[in-house]
Amino acid sequence: MNRPELQALAEGELAKQKEFRCRVLCCASTACLSSGGQEVRKALQDELKAAGLLKEVQLVATGCKGLCSRGPVVEVESAGGERVLYANVTPEAAQQIARGHLAGGQPLADYQMDANSPFFTKQLRVVLSNTGLIDPERIEDYIAHGGYAALAHALRELTPEEVCSLIRKSGLRGRGGAGYATGLKWDLVRKAPGDKKYVIANGDEGDPGAYMDRTLMESDPHRVLEGMAIAAYAVGAEQGYLYVRGEYPLAVKRLEKAIKAAERQGLLGSKIFDSGFNFRVDIRIGAGAFVCGEETALMNSIMGRCGEPRPRPPYPAQSGLWHSPTLINNVETFGNIAPIVANGPEWYAALGTEKSKGTKIFALTGNVNNTGLIEVPMGMTLREIVFDIGGGIPNGREFKAAQTGGPSGGCIPAEHLDTPVDYESLTALGSMMGSGGLIVMDDETSMVQIAQFYMEFCMDESCGKCVPCRVGTAQMHHLLGRVLAGEATAQDLQDLEALCKMVKALSLCGLGQSAPNPILSTLKYFRPEYEARLRAPAAAGAGQEAA
Amino acid sequence: MDTVITLTLNGEMVSARADQTLLDIIREQKISLPTLCHMDGLSERGGCRLCAVEVQGAPRPMAACVTPVSEGMVVRTHTPELEAYRRMVLELLLAERNHICAICVTNGHCELQWAAAQAGVTSVRYAYLHPDLPMDASHGRFVLDHNRCILCTRCVRVCDEVEGAHTWDLAGRGIQARVITDLSRPWGASPSCTSCGKCVQVCPTGALFAKGATVAEMTKEHDFVSWIIRGRTKREWVW
Repeated sequence: MNRPELQALAEGELAKQKEFRCRVLCCASTACLSSGGQEVRKALQDELKAAGLLKEVQLVATGCKGLCSRGPVVEVESAGGERVLYANVTPEAAQQIARGHLAGGQPLADYQMDANSPFFTKQLRVVLSNTGLIDPERIEDYIAHGGYAALAHALRELTPEEVCSLIRKSGLRGRGGAGYATGLKWDLVRKAPGDKKYVIANGDEGDPGAYMDRTLMESDPHRVLEGMAIAAYAVGAEQGYLYVRGEYPLAVKRLEKAIKAAERQGLLGSKIFDSGFNFRVDIRIGAGAFVCGEETALMNSIMGRCGEPRPRPPYPAQSGLWHSPTLINNVETFGNIAPIVANGPEWYAALGTEKSKGTKIFALTGNVNNTGLIEVPMGMTLREIVFDIGGGIPNGREFKAAQTGGPSGGCIPAEHLDTPVDYESLTALGSMMGSGGLIVMDDETSMVQIAQFYMEFCMDESCGKCVPCRVGTAQMHHLLGRVLAGEATAQDLQDLEALCKMVKALSLCGLGQSAPNPILSTLKYFRPEYEARLRAPAAAGAGQEAA
Repeated sequence: MDTVITLTLNGEMVSARADQTLLDIIREQKISLPTLCHMDGLSERGGCRLCAVEVQGAPRPMAACVTPVSEGMVVRTHTPELEAYRRMVLELLLAERNHICAICVTNGHCELQWAAAQAGVTSVRYAYLHPDLPMDASHGRFVLDHNRCILCTRCVRVCDEVEGAHTWDLAGRGIQARVITDLSRPWGASPSCTSCGKCVQVCPTGALFAKGATVAEMTKEHDFVSWIIRGRTKREWVW
């Protein structure tokens, strides 16, 4: 494939799409499928077939539209660009939509969602720009929406140094949680000596409630592949691995299909875009261990070893897969690359805050009206996310806390709702950006129970290699159990805090080092909840009597 | 690498070869620092975290056994904070399984016991987890007692790296992790085990011992691995 061919393919696909009077976009990502999206699509298909409309109306199975709590979601996009969004669609509703809207041309008032609600207008979709609009299983659809043009541009017009400096200028930081400067990392790998290098996309998303990477891989797999290919060109790698969680079968299926299609079109493989650049991507599927999201454990898993972290240094950029320099970035980080290369670093650097550029995807879940997947510019306040986009707390309850960063993060109380969401601000509050899980809790939530939930998660997921994490998480879980049972004393609470501090300081990898965060942050903001559950101290003077 | 570098260790300037670890230097300087998973001659694991030291500029303590030395490093091995952490790690280990010294075959010869005594552990503040763990006495000469195992994986490493059999490995994760022989077969039924006994000699506690030993009778050759490796590299046993 060369650039004119890419252009021709895009134009051909667009012309084909224009032949239809309208496109019906049915969400086919995991959330909508589990609420009956498959049946809805079948009902639409049957109805359109019966009415003989299949030549006028194009039925497309797309990725996630974001409003997961209101699925299955169906959007009708007319040739004029008008969009009508239907939520909570049942097969019967689908029939009505087909008869009333698609055949009759009259949008239905029922099931319709207001596209001008803050849930949509306050979002800024950069990484998710194609998500929900294209068929993730057809590479033509991706190319028609400008796909692989950034790769072509990078390969034909930029040197690897230029690509790295472009990413550096954009200010993009790693979306896996720690927020290391992506361009800097790429430059380290590019400069590292070694004739064989690797690129890894980390899709082992495991935080409870988080599904940003899953959605991106399911809804726009080519976006990830394109980002990986640009990265590989920039650092000088010819082999890439996409490490996907075993719990994401749909993502794996779509990625496999995407890799095959890209190889068939010559967008992956040898001499891409007639340049000297070769790049191959293979999928590796995780076996269910959370710790394999940690980069050194992930690399051990790819190499067929036990998924245990190892001490750093050496960092993967110096010595990673099979001792070769390895670039490892989160799936969402790779999702940012093509737009940056296409629109320029200045455009990207203008989004977000001073130190955190661009946008961030969050999985908004918990006690909030609009649960779903959102993408917002960095620096938006928590209040805007929870109350404008999320639509506030259901059942007339009050907001109590928002948990960010999963088991490594912490709980942010109501008094900090106006904090801008970026890497530094969240860390300063004792939480962290993390990969993008955002769980909203109302005033009925017990923060001690929340802390115990996360500690149970860390205890189950600790690999057991280092003592502080292996035994420390078990003891912290036990101590929290005592607090919840009303058996703990003030001494237990002191021991718990000291233990948290030690596990944070001494654990080998990020899992253990951040495991105490849910306890420390709830102790910081909700200490009275712990103290209220302590066992009443023995009557004064009892000790003296015994003496 | 023969480059010589200089670092500050507990306030004293010391020199080191660039390929050494912090633990190498600390041992050369005869500074007493507890270790449990480290064993001379085996690869490093960095799991017990007892050798964690304070390195100026590092965000958190670093395990000396896996930290390479570097020019200008400023290291402190015994701060009140580090010593408190070490005691906590030892208490966690003592509470994890069933470490009852009074009825243990290695009572008095146990590295965990020594480390705890040296660190001044006089009581355990954490709840004893008392897991219900089996013993494997199916082997003709040796016994495996999971109740005393601290998962240092010296047995796994010596079997793989020195004996070359790789009979031992780990199964499960976290608090559920166990050492296993072959694919979790009884030790006595293991076709890969050569019955060399290296694992028993390197085990720091009473988890691996010779059959027939009773309370406090099991002693171990602690320089066993170095002795073998020295003999092999100097070809002392080649006729």
